[in-house]
Formats: sequence, C-alpha cells, structure tokens
Amino acid sequence: MGLSESQTERYSRHIILKDIGVEGQEKLLNGKVLIIGTGGLGSPAALYLAAAGVGTIGLVDGDTVDLSNLQRQIIHFTPDLERPKVESAAEKINQINPDVTVNSHNKFAKAENILGLVMEYDFVIDGTDNFPAKFLINDACVMAEKPYSHGGILKFDGQTLTYKPGSACLRCVFEDLPPKNTVPTCSQAGVLGAVAGMLGTIQTAEAIKYITGVGNLLENRMLTFNALAMEFMTINIKRNSGCPVCGTTPVITELQDYEQPVCDLIQKKNPME
Amino acid sequence: MKYKVAKRLDLHGVPCPMNFVKTKVALFGLECGDLLEVILDEGEAIINVPRSLKDEGHKIIKVEKLEETFRVIVEHG
Repeated sequence: MGLSESQTERYSRHIILKDIGVEGQEKLLNGKVLIIGTGGLGSPAALYLAAAGVGTIGLVDGDTVDLSNLQRQIIHFTPDLERPKVESAAEKINQINPDVTVNSHNKFAKAENILGLVMEYDFVIDGTDNFPAKFLINDACVMAEKPYSHGGILKFDGQTLTYKPGSACLRCVFEDLPPKNTVPTCSQAGVLGAVAGMLGTIQTAEAIKYITGVGNLLENRMLTFNALAMEFMTINIKRNSGCPVCGTTPVITELQDYEQPVCDLIQKKNPME
Repeated sequence: MKYKVAKRLDLHGVPCPMNFVKTKVALFGLECGDLLEVILDEGEAIINVPRSLKDEGHKIIKVEKLEETFRVIVEHG
C-alpha cells in the first residue's frame, strides 16, 4: 500500500526505529485492537493506539462520563460529562489521527456479545474495572484463541499479563473471581490517576509489540508495580494443566456472566454488628 | 565509475531526522543489493544519515562531494 508523504512524517519516529520501520508501521496501520472499557486503562490505550496509527480501534463501554472519572480517564474532557464514553473517546481518536477507523460499541461486554466482538480484532486490551468482566474477557479470549492484555489497578498498584494462545491465562494464576467484598473496588479504595496511565500504557506497548511482532511479550510472566515505592517486579507464571478454562480438561466450556461469590466470612457476620 | 541506481532521492534542504526517514522509506521499496542515490546536505545530514543506514545493515558504496551537498550511493543490505 505504501505510506503517503504525510504518513511518513506523522510516523517518522516509529519509522526511525530499527525494530519498527516502514514494515512495522504498515502492520500497525493494518492492525485491529479492541479496547474493552474506555476508563482509566482504556483512555491511555486509546490515545496511544490512535497516535501510533493502529488502523482499527474498537471501543466497548456502556457507561457515560461522570465527573469522578476525569481524575484519570484522560480521553474524556469536562464538556463530555454525561456523554457515552465510547462517543467521547471516538471523537478524540478521530481528532488525533484521521487514519484510524473507530468502531464504537455503546454497551458492556457480556457473555452474549463478547465473542462476536473479540473475533473481529487482532488483539484485545482489558480496560475494565471489575472481576466479572476481567474473567469473562479471559475466558472469551481463551475460547476465541485471541491474544489479550490483562490489566488491573488499585490505589498505587498495578498488575498486568499478556495472554497468547498456549501461554498461561488469568485463570492459571487466579482460578476464580475473589469473593465479593474481599477486594475493594477503585471507587471504594481509590486509585492514583497516574497509575492508570502507567498500566494502560504498558498494555498498549504490548498490543503494539504483538502487532509488529517485535520484542518479548509479558507471556508466562506477570508484571506488578507499586508507584509509592516505584518498584516493578516480574513474576514468572506457568500454564496450569488443571486450569478451568485453558487446562487439559476445561470445566468452563461456554461463557456466562459471572457474579462474585459472596465471602463466607462476611456472610456469617451479624449484619447489625 | 558509473553506478546503476534503482532510485534517486534529492534530500537537499531536508533536515534530520526526516532525511533518514525518507531514505528508509525509499529503501523499503527496493530489493537487497539494489542501489539508491541520495543527495544529502553537508553538516549534520552527511554525518548522521550514512551512519544510521550502516546501523541498519545497509552499505555505503560511495560518498562524493558536490558543490554544497554530497552524493551518497547506498546498497540495500
């Protein structure tokens, strides 16, 4: 297809890179990435993927922009309050880079729609904020044999791993969702906005590496960091043959919308105490 | 000696790093062993561009001083 004069200039800093070059940039322009959740993680992902010239970006989110989102969800601006997040994000992507085609899906990823969505893309970024969605994305990507980046943030911490068919999946590490109320959500515990930016940007670098085929992905490894200590750690993980979704005899063979099990400890408590 | 160049590129007045970017784009369309003629400015351009091309595995066959530019023959590596 060949790059136009303006594309040559726009992507010059990629083209200069020996590992990307013209070939890598053309791969990016032909690449398709699905971002599930256009919040704290999805915002930097969408912005950097758009700037990088990823040809097709899919956005999935059924939420609207809330004032409390703006502290970290940097693709949304104050005038976007109350607008559907996918609409607000699509507008910014188009402004950054007219080379990009945006597919907006103004709905939440659910068992009934997720497979159809992930099948259309080369790589999936999990930018969601809850365990049921994270496990649904994992299971859907394992079943569809679709590489994806898992990401989670809370307070000053972040964790991420990259799944590729054949490598360890989220359930190889965490077999099931944590019981309800054992792990606080970002809205309960808070999160540093910049931590969302750090993690979402790491996920984006993984997507770009996958599409261009350079470097080593975070396969069979989990990266965690704490921004207070500013320490990064990479833990080696292994595929679990007893994994409920990617193991030798999987028990999860069709998708369903998960609910976090109620924590036993909390259930036994007298609610009046 | 006359060289049989596959493509010519006049980058007189094109500053760094766009001169290198344009050279890379031109080389991308060529085959291994093909020759590319590039006109580069003196100073930064003639210092940096051939060095970056060598880093990427291309060969500088000839550098010839013209009036205020250089004619560089690059072999696609």
